[in-house]
This record gives sequence, C-alpha cells and structure tokens, in this order.
Amino acid sequence: MFDVFLLEAVLNGVLFGGILALLALGLNLIFGVIDVVWICYAELIMIGMYAVYYLHAVYALPLWLAFTACIILVSLLGAALHQFVIRPVLSAEPINQLLVTGGVLFLLQGTATLAFGVEFKNLGVQLPTLRVGELYLSTTRLIAFVVALLGMIGMYLFLTRTYLGTAIRAISQDRSVMPLMGVNPRRIFLLTSALGGALAGLSACLLVLQYDIHPAIGLSFGPVVFLVCVLGGLGNIIGGFVAAFLFAQFVSVGGYFFHLEWGYVLAFLFFVAAMFWRPRGLFGGRL
Amino acid sequence: MLALNNVSAGYGSFQALFGVSLEIKAGETVAVIGPNGAGKTTLLRAISRLIDPSAGEMLMEGKLLNRVPQHELVAHGIAHVPENRRLFPRLTVEENLRMGAFLPAARAKFAQRLQQVYALFPRMQERRRQPAATLSGGEQQMCAIGRALMSGPKLLLLDEPSAGLAPVMVQTIFEVVRTMSAEGYTVLIVEQNVRQVLTIAHRGYLLVTGRIKSSGTSAELLATDEIKQAYLGM
Amino acid sequence: MKALAWIAVVALALLPLVGLGNYPLHLMIICLLWAYVYTGWALMGRLGMTSFGHGAFLSIGAYVVVMGWNHFGLSPWLGIPVALALTALVALLIGYPCFRLKIVGHYFALVTLAFSEIARMIIVALRDYTGGSLGVTPNTALSNSSWSLLALQFSSKLVWFYVVLAFWLAGLWIWTLVDRSMVRIALEAISQEEDAAASIGIGVTRLKLGVTMISALMTCLGGVLYAQYQLYLNPETVSGIGVSLQMVFGAIAGGMFLRLGPTVGAVFTLLLTEGLRLALGHDVHGLDTTLYGLLLVLFIIFMPRGILGTALALAQRLQRTAPRPATA
Repeated sequence: MFDVFLLEAVLNGVLFGGILALLALGLNLIFGVIDVVWICYAELIMIGMYAVYYLHAVYALPLWLAFTACIILVSLLGAALHQFVIRPVLSAEPINQLLVTGGVLFLLQGTATLAFGVEFKNLGVQLPTLRVGELYLSTTRLIAFVVALLGMIGMYLFLTRTYLGTAIRAISQDRSVMPLMGVNPRRIFLLTSALGGALAGLSACLLVLQYDIHPAIGLSFGPVVFLVCVLGGLGNIIGGFVAAFLFAQFVSVGGYFFHLEWGYVLAFLFFVAAMFWRPRGLFGGRL
Repeated sequence: MLALNNVSAGYGSFQALFGVSLEIKAGETVAVIGPNGAGKTTLLRAISRLIDPSAGEMLMEGKLLNRVPQHELVAHGIAHVPENRRLFPRLTVEENLRMGAFLPAARAKFAQRLQQVYALFPRMQERRRQPAATLSGGEQQMCAIGRALMSGPKLLLLDEPSAGLAPVMVQTIFEVVRTMSAEGYTVLIVEQNVRQVLTIAHRGYLLVTGRIKSSGTSAELLATDEIKQAYLGM
Repeated sequence: MKALAWIAVVALALLPLVGLGNYPLHLMIICLLWAYVYTGWALMGRLGMTSFGHGAFLSIGAYVVVMGWNHFGLSPWLGIPVALALTALVALLIGYPCFRLKIVGHYFALVTLAFSEIARMIIVALRDYTGGSLGVTPNTALSNSSWSLLALQFSSKLVWFYVVLAFWLAGLWIWTLVDRSMVRIALEAISQEEDAAASIGIGVTRLKLGVTMISALMTCLGGVLYAQYQLYLNPETVSGIGVSLQMVFGAIAGGMFLRLGPTVGAVFTLLLTEGLRLALGHDVHGLDTTLYGLLLVLFIIFMPRGILGTALALAQRLQRTAPRPATA
C-alpha cells in the first residue's frame, strides 16, 4: 500500500534538508577556512530575520529589497565579528574563540530582546499550498529549497571558478604559503567572514518566510546546525551537505512515525551513534 | 637586480646571519651553498620577508625591501619556491598554477603564461586536473616552480629544489633550472647538492655559520680545496 | 595562610546566625550553589576538556528526582542514586569515545553541546510528564510542616544555607583531592620509562574519564539541590546551551585554573544580575544578557585568565618588583 503521507514526510525532509544544508554551508566555510566556530551563527540569522521583518512588515519596503538589505547587513556583521571579536583571539586557544562567539551570542540575544521585545513576530507572508495529486507541499518551503540550492550552487561556482574562491580553498590547505603568491591572508579571512555572513543572511530570508521571530530562536536551531556540521565532519562542506539531508530525513520521517519532537530526538540519537562510530564526522574534517 | 648589503638576521636572541652581502645581476643564476644550519634558509626567508633583518639592507632593483610586507613581495617581482614545495594538496595542478597568478597584473597574462609553463613542463599539462597531492616528488617540484613562474617574476628564489627527490628526478630538476637559466631567467638557488648546482649556476656564494666564506664563478668555486674536500669528497 | 582560610570559612558559616534577612540569605545560597556547580565544571575545564554541555547533567539531576517524586512518589533519597547512575552512564557515553580517540577542542565542545540539547529536547518532548517548556514544580511535602527529610524539602533558608555551604566546601575538597592524585599520576608517568608513551596514554584516558565522571556527578547533585531549593524547574534554566554557556562563563570569569576561581566567578555573575535589578528597579528584559555577553567578549579578549587569575598574576608581578628586605 502506497503511503502518501510517508512520501510527504520524505519530501518535506528533503525540503528541510536543503535549508539545513545552506545553514551548514556558512558554518563549515568559516571553520574550514579560518578554523573558528561561530557559536553565535544562529543569532546572526535571527538579527537578519528581524531586519527583514522591520523593513518589510513595518516600513513596507518591497520584499526583495528587504531581502537584499538583510543579506548585506548580516554580511557586514560577519565581517565585523571577525575584525573586532575574533581577530584578537585568533592566536589564543580554540576554546577562547568558542567563548568569545558565545559572548556575542548573549550580546545579540540581549540586544534583540531590548530592541524588539519578547513577543513573537511573523512576517505575515502567506503562500498557497501546492497540491500534487494527493501530496500537499508548502510553496514557501519549496521556494526556500530552490533558493537554498541556487545559493549553494552559486557558492560552489564561486569557490571553484574565481581567483578569490580558489584562494579561499587554498588558504584552508596551507595558510603560511599564501603571501608568496601575493595573497594577504587577513583580507581572505575578512572576505570569508563576509561571505559566511552573507550565507547567514540568505538563510535568514528563507527562514523568516516560514517561522515566527523571537530573540531566542537562535537557541532552537543553532545547536541543530552545529550537530549537522559535526556529523558531516567539521569544516567539510560536502560532508555538511550530505549530513544535512540525512539529519533532515530522520527528523521528518521520525516525526511522521512518532510525534514531531521525537523526530528530533531520533535524529539526535542518530548523531550520538554516528559519533561513536566516526567521532570525526562521517566524512572527516576540513575542506 | 638583487643586492644584500651587510644583512644580519635571526630568530629572537638567536642570530643566524652575520653581515651577509651578495648580489645578483639580471639573467644570472646564482647558487648559495653551505652546510646544514649555515643559514641558507634564513637568508631566503629574509629576502622573502618571512623574517625581518636586524641589520643591513636588501635592495631589489634599487628599492628597499626591508619593510615590505610578505604579500607585496610578488608585486616587486620576486617569486619564492619554498622548501618542500608547499603546493596546495587538494587543489589541482592547474588550480595551483592559477594561485600563482593571483596578482591582478598576472591574471591578465594567465592564459599566455600557462602555455609557457606547460611548454617548460609538459608533464604538468598531462596532469593538470589531478590534485597536487597525487603527484610524485619531482612533479610537485616542477609544479611549484611553475606556480612561481605564473606571476612573471623578475627573480626566482629556489629553496633546496632537490631535497627529498630521487636521483633521477634531481637530474631532471637541474635540467629544468638549466633551461630556465638559458632562457634568461634570474635565479637565486639555495642548494645542498653542490656538484650539480655549480654546473648550472654562473656564480656561487659559500655560506658557513651565517657568514659568506667565499664567492666566485662556479669554475672558481669548484677549484677551491675547501669545496673539493668538504663537498666533493676529494 | 591555611589558618586564615579556616577562620574565613567559620565566619561565613556563622554569618547567617547574626540574623540576615531572607533575601540576603537567598543570594548567598544561590551564590554558593552556582559556585559549587561552576567548580564541578572547572574540574574538567582546567584539563582542557571544555564541555559546553554540562546542562545535561544538571537537568538529569533536577528532573529525575522531581519526576520520581511527582509521578512515582519516589523519595529523592532513592531518586538521587537513579539520577547519579544515569549521569554516570551519559558521562561515559560522552567521555569514552572522545578520550579514546583524542577528541578535544572544538569537536568536544560541540559534541557536549549536542548532549545538553538532546537533554533539553527530551524534556520538552516528554511534556506530558515534565510539563515541557512551562516547567514543573515538585509536589509539596510542606503543607503540614516546615521540613520533610523524606522529600528533602525545607522551607527554612537557614537549613538550605548550611546544606549548600557543605556542598561548596565538599566541592573544594574534591578539587584538592583531584589535584593531588593528578600529581601522583604525573609522577608515575615520568618515573616509568619503558613503554612510557603507551602507559601515559592509558593513564591519561583513565584520568580524563575519572575527572569527567566526578565533574558530571557533582553537577548532577547541583541540579538536585537547585530543584529542591527553587521548587520550580523548566528546561531553559537547567538544560540547553544557555545554562551550559553560563557555567563556562562563570568558571572562566573567575579563573578556572584556581580552586577558588569558579567561586569568584559565581559571586561576580550574581552581583551583576542582582546589581542590575537593583539599579534599574525592575527587570529590564535582555539588559543583563546583553551586558553578560559584552563582558564575556571583553573578558576573553583582555582577561582570559579570569578575574582571580589576572589579579593573582598582577599581585605576583608587584611582589617581584617590590624592594626585598636584606636577609641577614
């Protein structure tokens, strides 16, 4: 007996996986190149979501403009994060880098609470549900998936076809040799941070279409992104990509057979099992 | 083209170079030889701006190099092929070469220079889509030299190019340097392999415990007793 | 020096008897409780095992005991061993693969973070029992009396003060014990020359697992104390990344390489929160978090050794430059 609802769950898992993969991409890029984990990554996205909300829902800017502004804003935030917070501790122990971004997590969360209050806000963009035969799919999710995919393809092309992109890949393989080719590593790190921020901004645009905004939402999806990255091998972009879809399937299908949250628990347990089997991640680390 | 006047350099309280003076004219291939720990690598690192000289001047075509940041060196026309090649292991041969042409001025000439490098190293063209880590030691050295050439340098610094290579490959590499020398490249080559390097270089400097002990044309150096005893086992 | 320390402890113990009000007493209890918890975390932290997931252990202690009492009538006296056993299991689950395969730094922090999130997820998913995000209160045993040994509930803050004081002192004592045994293991490792590498390797793994176990169990008990004292729990306050980071910050702000460092950190963070509340007259949502975050960033950049560590280093430097008396 063909189970339409199961198929729906699988498809939703794929759509969810796409977004997760985009989220993981930003984090893995930063870690793979600069060797730092932005613990506050989800909070950057949260700020981006608020930006879209205020620009579009409150100040009535057209959506595409709000999206563009959001991407630029978070990109600048990423660069600023690197320049002012991470650079001073780049040569310190890794734990200090984790902690300093942890501090930014609280800083961003607190500032958002002060500025925007604790009520849930919603962009209010409602798109119709798509019906394919007996399947019901959310158009919003579909669009988000397509955009995420395009974003990742764009990133791939940038990393492989441009000088800067090649330099970014190169610096993660041998940092100290870069100056011999006329590349200033500091500039590349700053650029990568801006790129990571831009990816976070794009993710914010896609997420704000689907979810409510609250200063603490970073806590709900941030750890998931870390998990996915660690699962795929921290810094491994392809690993993160695969891990995202795997994880999303567990959440979606698991949530179908049991209750929604248990899908997450199941996915987390899968993570634990994978860590036992391959503690360095399914595909090992680094670009 | 390149002149070092009384350059001293070291690492913290440990001094490795003491008042070293040397010069390289355009089109010359000059060798710096000497025992292990003599300071040969330190010398290249000073020129390459990985370390700051504590005294003396380094001049490239009359311009002072002492305070130039590392990443601006290529713009001054100096390309350094580091010890142990240091290719980007997971980038392909062609991507490694592309990185050599990162400078905007070099990007414009990328296609042309790529052909030149492939002409010099046909094997690189064969392997251009392979990750650099899959190449043999000798091929990696060729790729590293090719990468340095992609920036169209006036001066090429070669740091122990024969290190870790099988004797057959050593021959090949020195043949390559000879070809480059014949084509008019200016090369400063630091080497352990005294016999081979002096057959392809015009002149040489003998560096011992941080000081230039002797210098001269290759023929002159090969004739000195010191070289004969210490390095050629005569 | 030692005598001075003991005098201070006795003075601290006698302080409440002078007749402190409930609020100052409450502050001291909270302070000592978190000082104890931060000390437990720092046992691992100082060895380079920076866990971002101690919230998992805290929440196991808190929820297992309260759930046992509320749903099964299980006295905390029995609930505590169950919580400890579960904590030990989880600690083993995290510790063994990590240490065997030398997972440290980023990976370790993120893997432990995952566990605290798992704990939080499970608590929320089991909302029919745990009350989910709304939280839960242990059923009161104090309707007829002011204390219940069976339920481990006491309405008198004085009693709680001494309980928490005892735990805090015990925590410091454990720290000393671990220190001493570490020195012993290090000396053993040095004295063994054959197969030094292998034996050091095994010794190190066992040491790390041991310290992890102690740290986890301490934190678990901290969770029990918290639950029984506050008489209200929710997943955000005892599990998840928020409280885990708070522990890390507290220990590091004070200085995690020194025995009293985490305590200083607890005092500091408490003063910060309460000071803000008093200065502003009421809770301004988000201000304490903002300042917290800003201070953490500034601390890590400018004072990575924490308050106590930096103060001590400063004192040492001043001592060296001070004129020395001539020795006869």
